[in-house]
Amino acid sequence: MQKTLENIGASTISALEDAGRTFNLLLLVIWHLLQPPYKFYPIIRQIYFIGARSLTLIIISGITIGMVLGLQFYSILERFGSVNLLGSGVALSVIRELGPVMTALMVVGRAGSSMTAELGIMRTSEQVDAMECMAISPDKFLVAPKVIAGMLSVPLLTAVFDFVALLGGYFVGVFMFNVAEGSYMNGMIDAVVWSDVRLGLIKSIFFGVLFSLICCSKGYYMHLGKAGSLGAEGVSFVTTDAVVLSSIAILFSDFLIGSLLQ
Amino acid sequence: MTDPYVQAHSTAISVRDLVVNYGERNILNGINLDIPAGQIMVIMGGSGVGKSTLLRCILGLKKPNAGSIHMLGTDITTASTREMYRIRKKMGVAFQGGALFSSMSVAENIQLPLREHTQLDEKTIQIMTRIKLDMVNMLPHEHLMPAELSGGMIKRTALARAIIMDPKLLFFDEPSAGLDPITSADLDALIIMLKTIMNMTIVVVTHELESALKIADHIAILGDGRVLETGTPQQIRLSQTTAVQNMLNRKPRETVVDPEAHLKLLMGNNY
Repeated sequence: MQKTLENIGASTISALEDAGRTFNLLLLVIWHLLQPPYKFYPIIRQIYFIGARSLTLIIISGITIGMVLGLQFYSILERFGSVNLLGSGVALSVIRELGPVMTALMVVGRAGSSMTAELGIMRTSEQVDAMECMAISPDKFLVAPKVIAGMLSVPLLTAVFDFVALLGGYFVGVFMFNVAEGSYMNGMIDAVVWSDVRLGLIKSIFFGVLFSLICCSKGYYMHLGKAGSLGAEGVSFVTTDAVVLSSIAILFSDFLIGSLLQ
Repeated sequence: MTDPYVQAHSTAISVRDLVVNYGERNILNGINLDIPAGQIMVIMGGSGVGKSTLLRCILGLKKPNAGSIHMLGTDITTASTREMYRIRKKMGVAFQGGALFSSMSVAENIQLPLREHTQLDEKTIQIMTRIKLDMVNMLPHEHLMPAELSGGMIKRTALARAIIMDPKLLFFDEPSAGLDPITSADLDALIIMLKTIMNMTIVVVTHELESALKIADHIAILGDGRVLETGTPQQIRLSQTTAVQNMLNRKPRETVVDPEAHLKLLMGNNY
């Protein structure tokens, strides 16, 4: 019993320390954002890595999810004789919920894991120490561009995801189930209002910052945890941790933002 | 007690009563050391005596539990991040594994401090890079990536990066580790040349005895968490300290084994 309580206590302290470090990293990134000189090339490089190189994955998953939504909504709406609501159903689901969440989860799997692994390997191979010894701030040079790129890339990828998912839904509704094109399009245009788009945008910006901070923090502060002494195995531990924690944080914050901005 | 040799030179780095613990393990227990300016100081000792820990403290990468380290007039154990960065601009470090940035080529690795800390134009940066690469015989390999380099090439690139800003202080962590005798001798010659030509204060952490005796102006031998002996290579050779003599003569540790106790240790609860 005592052992169990000790384990729970140790895990709680470790989780609080992790949260504190992640918050500390956020403050450092904000601080560095305010400090000149401003260098844009590292941010553009990260946007290319997080954004452009995730495009294929986002397009494929977006179109597939749009088609699945079209199928499911059609089968439900048909029972109530409301297939004319197919366009609005697909559009609202994608723009308000699925677009930001699915995009962020895809980006965590593809780019977030490599962010953690890259920083973890740099930490274990003394590259971060070397940078500090050169009087180059590693959090400004390595972390800040990744967080800023995450904040900018996820909303852009979400817009692409939304567009292709709506196309997928359109394809299923209009070409497979012969829903009238005008009904689908008008339903979509009438149902979606600015507040829906704004909600999706706020979520995607928040998820972008959240996942990049968690993934960077896990790799960057790897040496402070148990994984620090495990070398390559430690990198794999923190990478898995980062992906799991980011995914949970995205899903939980999706609920919180949804409740607050309903 | 300050060494007479050190008294003759001004001190670049002064370590006082340094204590470092890792959890409950005591690694350094009251280290006192003066590193003279413009000289090569070699810090020696067996594996696990805390050489690298001492170096990490001097570099400001590890906060000691107690004691002070004065470097270029500042106590770095209490210095702010801004002060620490000011001092670090005057020092270069060649890490044991090189610590080259794997996503950058040899030339890009070397140019990074120049790009971050100076307003030099591209042409000057290129020329300065080539000068340093030439010094370490890496000029033909400037476009290679770190993954394409041999151990010796990595060490030489790390050295070129460490000296690109013409630092006042230069630190090496195990420069000869894992190198063949010829490459190791090349590196030793380079270290001596840097001191002679650029008048740098050089600190080398190593356990390679031959290399240490060749390059050092001054040697400090660590053991049991403290400085066992300091002096010139000649003084160290004549030292009467048993641990130092054992090290110089490569004498294995003498351990008295109680067979009964050892068997108990091996068998654990099954004994």
